[in-house]
Amino acid sequence: MSSLITRVRVTQIEQLIEKGKRLDARGVGDYREIKVEQGVIEKAEGSARVLLGKTEVLVGVKVETGTPFPDTPDNGVLTVNAELVPLASPTFEPGPPDENSIELARIVDRGIRESQAIDTEKLCIEAGKKVFVVFVDVYVLNHDGNLIDASALAAVAALMNTKMPNYEVKDGEVVIKQGYTQLPLKSHPITVTLGKINNKLIVDPWLEEEQVMDSRLTMAFNDEGNICATQKGGSGYFTQQQILEAMKLAQEKAAELRKKMKW
Amino acid sequence: MNEKPEKLIDKKGLRLDGRKVDELRPVKIEVGILSNADGSAYIEHGKNKILAAAYGPREMHPKHLSQPDRMVLRCRYHMAPFSVGERKSPAPSRREIELSKVIRQSLEPSVFLEYYPRTGVDIFIEVLQADGGTRCASITAAALALADAGIPMRDLVVACAAGKVDDTVVLDLFDTEDKVGCADVPVAFMPNLNAVTLLQMDGILSTEEFEKAVNMAIEGCKKIYEIQKEALKTKYMLIQEEEEVEEE
Repeated sequence: MSSLITRVRVTQIEQLIEKGKRLDARGVGDYREIKVEQGVIEKAEGSARVLLGKTEVLVGVKVETGTPFPDTPDNGVLTVNAELVPLASPTFEPGPPDENSIELARIVDRGIRESQAIDTEKLCIEAGKKVFVVFVDVYVLNHDGNLIDASALAAVAALMNTKMPNYEVKDGEVVIKQGYTQLPLKSHPITVTLGKINNKLIVDPWLEEEQVMDSRLTMAFNDEGNICATQKGGSGYFTQQQILEAMKLAQEKAAELRKKMKW
Repeated sequence: MNEKPEKLIDKKGLRLDGRKVDELRPVKIEVGILSNADGSAYIEHGKNKILAAAYGPREMHPKHLSQPDRMVLRCRYHMAPFSVGERKSPAPSRREIELSKVIRQSLEPSVFLEYYPRTGVDIFIEVLQADGGTRCASITAAALALADAGIPMRDLVVACAAGKVDDTVVLDLFDTEDKVGCADVPVAFMPNLNAVTLLQMDGILSTEEFEKAVNMAIEGCKKIYEIQKEALKTKYMLIQEEEEVEEE
Protein backbone atom coordinates (compact mmCIF):
# COMPACT_ATOMS: atom_id res chain seq x y z
CA MET A 1 0.00 0.00 0.00
CA SER A 2 3.03 2.23 0.12
CA SER A 3 4.37 4.48 -2.54
CA LEU A 4 7.34 6.82 -2.58
CA ILE A 5 7.52 10.03 -0.61
CA THR A 6 10.45 12.42 -0.72
CA ARG A 7 12.63 13.03 2.33
CA VAL A 8 11.89 16.76 2.13
CA ARG A 9 8.19 16.02 2.41
CA VAL A 10 8.72 13.68 5.36
CA THR A 11 10.66 16.38 7.21
CA GLN A 12 8.06 18.98 6.32
CA ILE A 13 5.19 16.87 7.67
CA GLU A 14 7.13 16.00 10.82
CA GLN A 15 8.11 19.61 11.54
CA LEU A 16 4.56 20.85 11.02
CA ILE A 17 3.12 18.24 13.37
CA GLU A 18 5.74 19.17 15.93
CA LYS A 19 4.06 22.64 15.90
CA GLY A 20 0.58 21.11 15.98
CA LYS A 21 -0.08 21.94 12.33
CA ARG A 22 -0.70 19.89 9.21
CA LEU A 23 -0.03 20.21 5.50
CA ASP A 24 -3.71 20.54 4.63
CA ALA A 25 -4.21 23.27 7.26
CA ARG A 26 -6.13 20.98 9.62
CA GLY A 27 -5.47 20.86 13.35
CA VAL A 28 -4.04 17.57 14.68
CA GLY A 29 -7.45 16.64 16.08
CA ASP A 30 -9.55 17.48 13.02
CA TYR A 31 -11.25 15.17 10.58
CA ARG A 32 -11.35 16.07 6.92
CA GLU A 33 -14.71 17.06 5.47
CA ILE A 34 -17.12 14.13 5.57
CA LYS A 35 -19.93 13.56 3.10
CA VAL A 36 -22.30 10.62 3.37
CA GLU A 37 -24.78 9.69 0.68
CA GLN A 38 -27.13 6.76 1.21
CA GLY A 39 -29.02 4.61 -1.27
CA VAL A 40 -26.77 5.24 -4.26
CA ILE A 41 -27.07 1.73 -5.73
CA GLU A 42 -30.70 0.80 -6.38
CA LYS A 43 -30.04 -2.90 -7.02
CA ALA A 44 -28.39 -3.36 -3.65
CA GLU A 45 -30.56 -3.82 -0.54
CA GLY A 46 -28.53 -1.06 1.07
CA SER A 47 -25.70 1.23 0.02
CA ALA A 48 -23.74 4.31 0.98
CA ARG A 49 -20.95 6.40 -0.45
CA VAL A 50 -18.61 8.21 1.89
CA LEU A 51 -16.20 10.97 1.00
CA LEU A 52 -13.56 11.62 3.64
CA GLY A 53 -11.60 14.44 2.07
CA LYS A 54 -10.54 12.86 -1.20
CA THR A 55 -10.84 9.32 0.10
CA GLU A 56 -13.90 7.72 -1.42
CA VAL A 57 -15.54 4.47 -0.37
CA LEU A 58 -18.68 2.83 -1.66
CA VAL A 59 -20.39 0.11 0.37
CA GLY A 60 -23.09 -2.14 -1.01
CA VAL A 61 -25.15 -4.48 1.14
CA LYS A 62 -26.80 -7.55 -0.29
CA VAL A 63 -29.20 -9.65 1.76
CA GLU A 64 -29.69 -13.24 0.70
CA THR A 65 -30.84 -16.46 2.31
CA GLY A 66 -28.35 -19.08 3.44
CA THR A 67 -27.55 -21.58 6.16
CA PRO A 68 -26.55 -20.44 9.68
CA PHE A 69 -23.31 -21.43 11.41
CA PRO A 70 -23.76 -24.62 13.47
CA ASP A 71 -22.78 -22.86 16.73
CA THR A 72 -25.36 -20.07 16.20
CA PRO A 73 -28.29 -21.88 14.54
CA ASP A 74 -30.86 -19.13 15.21
CA ASN A 75 -28.76 -16.14 14.15
CA GLY A 76 -28.36 -14.49 10.78
CA VAL A 77 -24.90 -14.24 9.26
CA LEU A 78 -22.75 -11.17 8.64
CA THR A 79 -20.00 -11.25 6.02
CA VAL A 80 -17.70 -8.32 5.35
CA ASN A 81 -15.38 -8.16 2.37
CA ALA A 82 -13.20 -5.32 1.15
CA GLU A 83 -11.85 -4.72 -2.32
CA LEU A 84 -8.96 -2.34 -2.94
CA VAL A 85 -9.90 -1.93 -6.59
CA PRO A 86 -7.02 -1.00 -8.92
CA LEU A 87 -8.69 2.20 -10.10
CA ALA A 88 -8.44 3.64 -6.59
CA SER A 89 -4.67 4.02 -6.35
CA PRO A 90 -1.51 3.46 -8.42
CA THR A 91 -0.37 1.07 -5.70
CA PHE A 92 -3.40 -1.25 -5.89
CA GLU A 93 -3.15 -4.29 -8.12
CA PRO A 94 -5.81 -6.66 -9.42
CA GLY A 95 -5.88 -10.11 -7.91
CA PRO A 96 -7.08 -11.96 -4.83
CA PRO A 97 -7.38 -9.90 -1.61
CA ASP A 98 -3.98 -9.18 -0.04
CA GLU A 99 -3.27 -8.76 3.68
CA ASN A 100 -4.19 -5.07 3.56
CA SER A 101 -7.67 -5.59 2.18
CA ILE A 102 -8.24 -8.56 4.49
CA GLU A 103 -7.16 -6.50 7.51
CA LEU A 104 -9.44 -3.63 6.40
CA ALA A 105 -12.42 -5.98 6.02
CA ARG A 106 -11.76 -7.61 9.36
CA ILE A 107 -11.51 -4.29 11.22
CA VAL A 108 -14.81 -3.11 9.70
CA ASP A 109 -16.31 -6.52 10.49
CA ARG A 110 -15.14 -6.42 14.11
CA GLY A 111 -16.66 -2.98 14.72
CA ILE A 112 -20.07 -4.10 13.44
CA ARG A 113 -19.99 -7.60 14.91
CA GLU A 114 -18.68 -6.80 18.40
CA SER A 115 -21.02 -3.83 18.91
CA GLN A 116 -23.84 -6.22 17.93
CA ALA A 117 -24.98 -3.61 15.47
CA ILE A 118 -27.17 -6.04 13.55
CA ASP A 119 -29.91 -7.82 15.49
CA THR A 120 -29.00 -11.18 13.98
CA GLU A 121 -31.68 -13.05 15.96
CA LYS A 122 -34.32 -11.29 13.87
CA LEU A 123 -32.65 -12.59 10.71
CA CYS A 124 -33.53 -16.19 11.48
CA ILE A 125 -36.06 -17.78 9.11
CA GLU A 126 -35.91 -21.40 10.29
CA ALA A 127 -33.53 -22.23 13.14
CA GLY A 128 -30.57 -24.35 12.03
CA LYS A 129 -31.72 -24.35 8.42
CA LYS A 130 -32.36 -20.99 6.90
CA VAL A 131 -31.33 -17.47 7.87
CA PHE A 132 -30.67 -14.17 6.15
CA VAL A 133 -27.03 -13.56 5.26
CA VAL A 134 -25.95 -9.92 5.16
CA PHE A 135 -23.09 -9.32 2.74
CA VAL A 136 -21.29 -6.04 3.29
CA ASP A 137 -18.96 -5.30 0.40
CA VAL A 138 -16.55 -2.41 0.85
CA TYR A 139 -15.40 -0.91 -2.42
CA VAL A 140 -12.55 1.58 -2.16
CA LEU A 141 -12.86 4.00 -5.08
CA ASN A 142 -10.17 6.55 -4.25
CA HIS A 143 -7.36 6.07 -1.75
CA ASP A 144 -6.21 9.24 -0.02
CA GLY A 145 -5.59 7.78 3.41
CA ASN A 146 -7.60 6.49 6.38
CA LEU A 147 -9.52 3.85 4.48
CA ILE A 148 -10.52 2.27 7.80
CA ASP A 149 -12.66 5.14 9.09
CA ALA A 150 -14.17 5.86 5.68
CA SER A 151 -15.04 2.19 5.17
CA ALA A 152 -16.45 1.71 8.67
CA LEU A 153 -18.57 4.84 8.32
CA ALA A 154 -19.83 3.80 4.89
CA ALA A 155 -20.58 0.27 6.11
CA VAL A 156 -22.76 1.47 9.00
CA ALA A 157 -24.44 4.09 6.80
CA ALA A 158 -25.20 1.37 4.24
CA LEU A 159 -26.61 -0.96 6.93
CA MET A 160 -28.88 1.85 8.17
CA ASN A 161 -30.10 2.15 4.62
CA THR A 162 -30.65 -1.60 4.17
CA LYS A 163 -34.08 -3.02 3.50
CA MET A 164 -34.81 -6.72 3.72
CA PRO A 165 -37.33 -8.42 1.49
CA ASN A 166 -40.58 -9.52 3.16
CA TYR A 167 -41.06 -13.26 3.04
CA GLU A 168 -43.25 -16.12 4.12
CA VAL A 169 -42.40 -19.79 4.56
CA LYS A 170 -44.55 -22.14 2.45
CA ASP A 171 -43.86 -25.91 2.69
CA GLY A 172 -40.35 -25.21 3.92
CA GLU A 173 -39.65 -22.87 0.99
CA VAL A 174 -39.04 -19.16 1.42
CA VAL A 175 -41.37 -17.14 -0.75
CA ILE A 176 -40.50 -13.49 -1.26
CA LYS A 177 -43.48 -11.19 -0.84
CA GLN A 178 -44.13 -7.61 -1.85
CA GLY A 179 -42.58 -4.82 0.17
CA TYR A 180 -39.56 -4.40 2.40
CA THR A 181 -38.70 -4.03 6.07
CA GLN A 182 -35.79 -2.15 7.57
CA LEU A 183 -32.74 -4.23 8.61
CA PRO A 184 -32.97 -4.41 12.45
CA LEU A 185 -30.04 -2.51 13.99
CA LYS A 186 -29.18 -2.33 17.69
CA SER A 187 -26.08 -0.15 17.58
CA HIS A 188 -24.25 2.25 15.29
CA PRO A 189 -20.52 1.83 15.89
CA ILE A 190 -18.21 4.74 15.15
CA THR A 191 -14.61 3.97 14.24
CA VAL A 192 -11.77 6.42 14.86
CA THR A 193 -8.21 5.98 13.61
CA LEU A 194 -5.23 7.86 15.03
CA GLY A 195 -1.77 8.04 13.52
CA LYS A 196 1.47 8.50 15.46
CA ILE A 197 4.15 10.73 13.96
CA ASN A 198 7.20 11.60 16.09
CA ASN A 199 5.29 10.58 19.22
CA LYS A 200 2.44 12.99 18.40
CA LEU A 201 -1.07 11.69 17.80
CA ILE A 202 -3.08 12.89 14.83
CA VAL A 203 -6.67 12.17 13.89
CA ASP A 204 -7.67 10.92 10.44
CA PRO A 205 -4.24 10.65 8.72
CA TRP A 206 -4.35 11.29 4.99
CA LEU A 207 -2.21 9.46 2.44
CA GLU A 208 1.10 11.32 2.89
CA GLU A 209 0.78 11.26 6.66
CA GLU A 210 0.16 7.51 6.46
CA GLN A 211 3.47 7.16 4.64
CA VAL A 212 5.27 9.10 7.38
CA MET A 213 3.57 7.71 10.49
CA ASP A 214 5.15 4.75 12.26
CA SER A 215 1.95 3.30 13.68
CA ARG A 216 -1.77 3.75 13.94
CA LEU A 217 -4.43 2.88 16.47
CA THR A 218 -8.04 2.23 15.51
CA MET A 219 -10.84 2.11 18.04
CA ALA A 220 -14.55 1.51 17.49
CA PHE A 221 -17.16 2.78 19.95
CA ASN A 222 -20.76 1.65 20.38
CA ASP A 223 -23.80 3.86 21.11
CA GLU A 224 -23.02 3.88 24.86
CA GLY A 225 -19.47 5.11 24.23
CA ASN A 226 -17.87 1.78 25.17
CA ILE A 227 -15.00 0.38 23.15
CA CYS A 228 -16.03 -2.54 20.93
CA ALA A 229 -12.94 -3.09 18.75
CA THR A 230 -9.30 -2.04 18.68
CA GLN A 231 -6.48 -2.61 16.25
CA LYS A 232 -2.93 -1.34 16.32
CA GLY A 233 -1.25 -1.19 12.93
CA GLY A 234 2.09 -0.19 11.49
CA SER A 235 5.63 -1.11 12.40
CA GLY A 236 6.05 1.23 15.35
CA TYR A 237 4.87 1.09 18.94
CA PHE A 238 2.86 2.94 21.56
CA THR A 239 3.91 3.43 25.17
CA GLN A 240 1.46 2.55 27.91
CA GLN A 241 0.85 6.26 28.48
CA GLN A 242 0.26 6.93 24.77
CA ILE A 243 -2.40 4.20 24.61
CA LEU A 244 -4.42 5.88 27.35
CA GLU A 245 -3.95 9.26 25.68
CA ALA A 246 -5.06 7.78 22.36
CA MET A 247 -8.07 6.09 23.95
CA LYS A 248 -9.31 9.38 25.41
CA LEU A 249 -8.76 11.27 22.16
CA ALA A 250 -10.49 8.55 20.13
CA GLN A 251 -13.46 8.49 22.50
CA GLU A 252 -13.83 12.25 22.26
CA LYS A 253 -13.60 12.19 18.46
CA ALA A 254 -16.10 9.31 18.22
CA ALA A 255 -18.61 11.31 20.27
CA GLU A 256 -18.04 14.32 18.01
CA LEU A 257 -18.54 12.22 14.87
CA ARG A 258 -21.65 10.59 16.29
CA LYS A 259 -23.16 14.03 16.89
CA LYS A 260 -22.26 15.14 13.38
CA MET A 261 -23.77 11.99 11.84
CA LYS A 262 -26.84 12.24 14.12
CA TRP A 263 -26.62 8.45 14.76
CA MET B 1 -20.64 -28.91 20.76
CA ASN B 2 -19.88 -28.49 24.44
CA GLU B 3 -22.59 -26.92 26.54
CA LYS B 4 -21.81 -23.32 27.39
CA PRO B 5 -20.98 -23.00 31.08
CA GLU B 6 -23.21 -20.51 32.89
CA LYS B 7 -20.59 -19.11 35.21
CA LEU B 8 -16.97 -18.62 34.22
CA ILE B 9 -15.88 -17.55 37.69
CA ASP B 10 -17.10 -19.40 40.79
CA LYS B 11 -18.01 -18.03 44.23
CA LYS B 12 -14.43 -18.38 45.45
CA GLY B 13 -13.26 -16.19 42.58
CA LEU B 14 -11.67 -19.09 40.73
CA ARG B 15 -11.96 -19.68 37.01
CA LEU B 16 -13.03 -22.83 35.14
CA ASP B 17 -9.45 -24.14 35.12
CA GLY B 18 -8.92 -23.26 38.77
CA ARG B 19 -6.87 -20.12 38.19
CA LYS B 20 -7.23 -16.81 40.02
CA VAL B 21 -8.30 -13.80 37.95
CA ASP B 22 -4.76 -12.46 37.61
CA GLU B 23 -3.00 -15.81 37.25
CA LEU B 24 -1.20 -16.96 34.12
CA ARG B 25 -1.41 -20.46 32.71
CA PRO B 26 1.82 -22.49 33.09
CA VAL B 27 4.34 -21.41 30.45
CA LYS B 28 7.18 -23.63 29.25
CA ILE B 29 9.63 -22.46 26.61
CA GLU B 30 12.52 -24.17 24.82
CA VAL B 31 14.93 -22.43 22.47
CA GLY B 32 16.88 -23.88 19.55
CA ILE B 33 15.03 -27.11 18.97
CA LEU B 34 14.99 -27.21 15.15
CA SER B 35 18.36 -28.04 13.65
CA ASN B 36 17.67 -26.68 10.16
CA ALA B 37 16.41 -23.25 11.23
CA ASP B 38 18.78 -20.38 12.03
CA GLY B 39 16.75 -19.85 15.17
CA SER B 40 13.79 -21.60 16.71
CA ALA B 41 11.64 -21.84 19.81
CA TYR B 42 8.86 -24.02 21.17
CA ILE B 43 6.30 -22.73 23.61
CA GLU B 44 3.68 -24.44 25.71
CA HIS B 45 1.34 -21.82 27.09
CA GLY B 46 -1.39 -23.71 28.89
CA LYS B 47 -2.59 -26.16 26.27
CA ASN B 48 -1.23 -24.08 23.40
CA LYS B 49 1.68 -25.82 21.68
CA ILE B 50 3.47 -23.65 19.16
CA LEU B 51 6.66 -23.90 17.13
CA ALA B 52 8.40 -20.85 15.68
CA ALA B 53 11.41 -20.80 13.35
CA ALA B 54 13.47 -17.96 11.91
CA TYR B 55 15.43 -18.27 8.66
CA GLY B 56 17.80 -15.43 7.88
CA PRO B 57 19.18 -12.91 7.33
CA ARG B 58 19.31 -14.44 3.85
CA GLU B 59 18.86 -13.39 0.24
CA MET B 60 15.32 -12.29 -0.51
CA HIS B 61 13.27 -14.47 -2.74
CA PRO B 62 11.78 -13.11 -4.98
CA LYS B 63 14.60 -10.61 -5.25
CA HIS B 64 12.50 -7.58 -6.19
CA LEU B 65 10.96 -7.55 -2.72
CA SER B 66 14.29 -6.69 -1.11
CA GLN B 67 14.80 -3.17 0.24
CA PRO B 68 18.00 -1.15 -0.38
CA ASP B 69 18.08 0.30 3.14
CA ARG B 70 16.86 -2.51 5.38
CA MET B 71 16.13 -6.14 5.94
CA VAL B 72 12.61 -7.32 5.16
CA LEU B 73 10.80 -9.27 7.86
CA ARG B 74 8.23 -11.78 6.68
CA CYS B 75 5.94 -13.78 8.86
CA ARG B 76 3.59 -16.70 8.37
CA TYR B 77 1.24 -17.73 11.16
CA HIS B 78 -0.35 -21.06 10.41
CA MET B 79 -2.55 -23.49 12.30
CA ALA B 80 -2.23 -27.24 11.88
CA PRO B 81 -5.47 -28.94 10.72
CA PHE B 82 -5.52 -31.00 13.92
CA SER B 83 -4.85 -28.07 16.28
CA VAL B 84 -8.52 -27.28 16.96
CA GLY B 85 -11.72 -29.18 17.76
CA GLU B 86 -13.07 -29.38 14.25
CA ARG B 87 -10.49 -29.99 11.50
CA LYS B 88 -9.21 -26.72 10.09
CA SER B 89 -8.47 -26.56 6.39
CA PRO B 90 -4.71 -26.20 5.92
CA ALA B 91 -5.23 -23.36 3.42
CA PRO B 92 -4.50 -19.98 5.03
CA SER B 93 -7.73 -18.43 6.31
CA ARG B 94 -8.46 -14.69 6.40
CA ARG B 95 -7.84 -14.79 10.15
CA GLU B 96 -4.40 -16.33 9.64
CA ILE B 97 -3.50 -13.74 7.01
CA GLU B 98 -4.48 -10.90 9.35
CA LEU B 99 -2.63 -12.47 12.27
CA SER B 100 0.50 -12.98 10.14
CA LYS B 101 0.43 -9.24 9.44
CA VAL B 102 -0.12 -8.06 13.03
CA ILE B 103 2.45 -10.52 14.39
CA ARG B 104 4.99 -9.23 11.86
CA GLN B 105 4.24 -5.66 12.88
CA SER B 106 4.57 -6.56 16.55
CA LEU B 107 8.10 -7.91 15.92
CA GLU B 108 9.37 -5.26 13.49
CA PRO B 109 9.99 -2.56 16.13
CA SER B 110 12.30 -4.93 18.02
CA VAL B 111 14.70 -5.75 15.17
CA PHE B 112 17.55 -3.56 13.90
CA LEU B 113 16.33 -4.02 10.32
CA GLU B 114 18.76 -1.42 8.99
CA TYR B 115 21.76 -3.62 9.89
CA TYR B 116 21.17 -6.02 7.00
CA PRO B 117 20.06 -4.14 3.89
CA ARG B 118 18.91 -6.14 0.82
CA THR B 119 18.24 -9.26 2.89
CA GLY B 120 15.20 -10.92 4.35
CA VAL B 121 14.29 -12.95 7.38
CA ASP B 122 11.38 -15.37 7.37
CA ILE B 123 9.50 -16.35 10.49
CA PHE B 124 7.35 -19.43 10.34
CA ILE B 125 4.89 -20.11 13.12
CA GLU B 126 3.06 -23.41 13.35
CA VAL B 127 0.29 -23.76 15.89
CA LEU B 128 0.24 -27.48 16.74
CA GLN B 129 -2.48 -27.13 19.35
CA ALA B 130 -4.63 -24.10 20.05
CA ASP B 131 -6.39 -23.23 23.30
CA GLY B 132 -6.97 -19.48 23.19
CA GLY B 133 -4.27 -16.82 23.02
CA THR B 134 -2.27 -18.39 20.20
CA ARG B 135 -1.25 -15.05 18.67
CA CYS B 136 0.32 -14.00 21.96
CA ALA B 137 2.17 -17.27 22.51
CA SER B 138 3.28 -17.14 18.86
CA ILE B 139 4.83 -13.69 19.32
CA THR B 140 6.64 -14.80 22.49
CA ALA B 141 8.10 -17.79 20.63
CA ALA B 142 8.85 -15.89 17.39
CA ALA B 143 10.85 -13.22 19.24
CA LEU B 144 12.96 -15.98 20.77
CA ALA B 145 13.48 -17.60 17.37
CA LEU B 146 14.78 -14.25 16.06
CA ALA B 147 17.10 -13.87 19.03
CA ASP B 148 18.26 -17.46 18.65
CA ALA B 149 19.08 -16.74 15.00
CA GLY B 150 21.50 -14.10 16.28
CA ILE B 151 19.60 -11.18 14.81
CA PRO B 152 20.34 -7.94 16.69
CA MET B 153 17.31 -6.80 18.64
CA ARG B 154 16.37 -3.84 20.84
CA ASP B 155 14.50 -6.13 23.21
CA LEU B 156 12.57 -9.38 23.21
CA VAL B 157 8.88 -9.04 22.38
CA VAL B 158 6.55 -10.81 24.76
CA ALA B 159 2.79 -11.05 24.50
CA CYS B 160 -0.14 -11.87 26.73
CA ALA B 161 -3.88 -11.22 26.66
CA ALA B 162 -6.33 -9.96 29.23
CA GLY B 163 -10.07 -9.87 28.85
CA LYS B 164 -13.41 -9.75 30.53
CA VAL B 165 -15.48 -12.71 31.67
CA ASP B 166 -18.55 -12.44 33.92
CA ASP B 167 -18.01 -8.68 34.45
CA THR B 168 -14.47 -9.27 35.75
CA VAL B 169 -11.23 -8.32 34.03
CA VAL B 170 -9.02 -11.43 33.95
CA LEU B 171 -5.54 -12.31 32.71
CA ASP B 172 -4.65 -14.79 29.97
CA LEU B 173 -7.94 -16.18 28.62
CA PHE B 174 -8.11 -19.77 27.52
CA ASP B 175 -10.32 -21.05 24.72
CA THR B 176 -13.69 -21.25 26.51
CA GLU B 177 -13.23 -17.88 28.22
CA ASP B 178 -12.28 -16.35 24.88
CA LYS B 179 -15.37 -17.74 23.13
CA VAL B 180 -17.95 -17.24 25.89
CA GLY B 181 -16.41 -14.19 27.58
CA CYS B 182 -17.20 -10.55 26.88
CA ALA B 183 -13.91 -9.24 25.55
CA ASP B 184 -10.34 -10.14 24.66
CA VAL B 185 -7.38 -7.73 24.61
CA PRO B 186 -4.12 -9.23 23.29
CA VAL B 187 -1.05 -7.08 23.99
CA ALA B 188 2.57 -7.45 22.85
CA PHE B 189 5.18 -5.57 24.82
CA MET B 190 8.90 -4.77 24.91
CA PRO B 191 9.55 -4.37 28.67
CA ASN B 192 12.86 -2.52 28.40
CA LEU B 193 11.40 0.12 26.09
CA ASN B 194 7.92 0.29 27.66
CA ALA B 195 6.62 -0.19 24.12
CA VAL B 196 3.35 -1.85 23.17
CA THR B 197 3.80 -3.34 19.71
CA LEU B 198 0.52 -5.19 19.34
CA LEU B 199 -2.85 -4.12 20.65
CA GLN B 200 -6.13 -5.55 19.55
CA MET B 201 -9.52 -5.82 21.15
CA ASP B 202 -12.86 -7.38 20.44
CA GLY B 203 -15.93 -7.47 22.61
CA ILE B 204 -17.33 -4.60 24.63
CA LEU B 205 -15.37 -2.78 27.34
CA SER B 206 -15.76 0.59 29.02
CA THR B 207 -12.71 2.83 28.81
CA GLU B 208 -11.92 2.07 32.49
CA GLU B 209 -12.11 -1.67 31.87
CA PHE B 210 -9.98 -1.30 28.76
CA GLU B 211 -7.31 0.56 30.70
CA LYS B 212 -7.39 -2.10 33.42
CA ALA B 213 -7.15 -4.92 30.85
CA VAL B 214 -4.17 -3.31 29.08
CA ASN B 215 -2.35 -2.81 32.39
CA MET B 216 -3.10 -6.35 33.51
CA ALA B 217 -1.90 -7.80 30.18
CA ILE B 218 1.35 -5.81 30.48
CA GLU B 219 1.91 -7.21 33.98
CA GLY B 220 1.38 -10.69 32.51
CA CYS B 221 3.88 -9.90 29.76
CA LYS B 222 6.50 -8.95 32.35
CA LYS B 223 6.10 -12.33 34.08
CA ILE B 224 6.43 -14.27 30.81
CA TYR B 225 9.44 -12.08 29.90
CA GLU B 226 11.38 -13.62 32.79
CA ILE B 227 10.59 -17.15 31.56
CA GLN B 228 11.51 -16.08 28.02
CA LYS B 229 14.94 -14.76 29.07
CA GLU B 230 15.57 -17.86 31.15
CA ALA B 231 14.78 -20.09 28.15
CA LEU B 232 17.26 -18.20 25.97
CA LYS B 233 20.00 -18.42 28.60
CA THR B 234 19.35 -22.12 29.19
CA LYS B 235 20.21 -22.98 25.60
CA TYR B 236 23.58 -21.27 25.78
CA MET B 237 24.33 -22.71 29.21
CA LEU B 238 23.83 -26.16 27.67
CA ILE B 239 26.21 -25.36 24.79
CA GLN B 240 28.80 -24.14 27.26
CA GLU B 241 28.51 -27.30 29.34
CA GLU B 242 28.84 -29.51 26.25
CA GLU B 243 31.99 -27.69 25.20
CA GLU B 244 33.49 -28.05 28.62
CA VAL B 245 32.87 -31.80 28.49
CA GLU B 246 34.52 -32.01 25.07
CA GLU B 247 37.56 -30.10 26.26
CA GLU B 248 38.06 -32.54 29.12
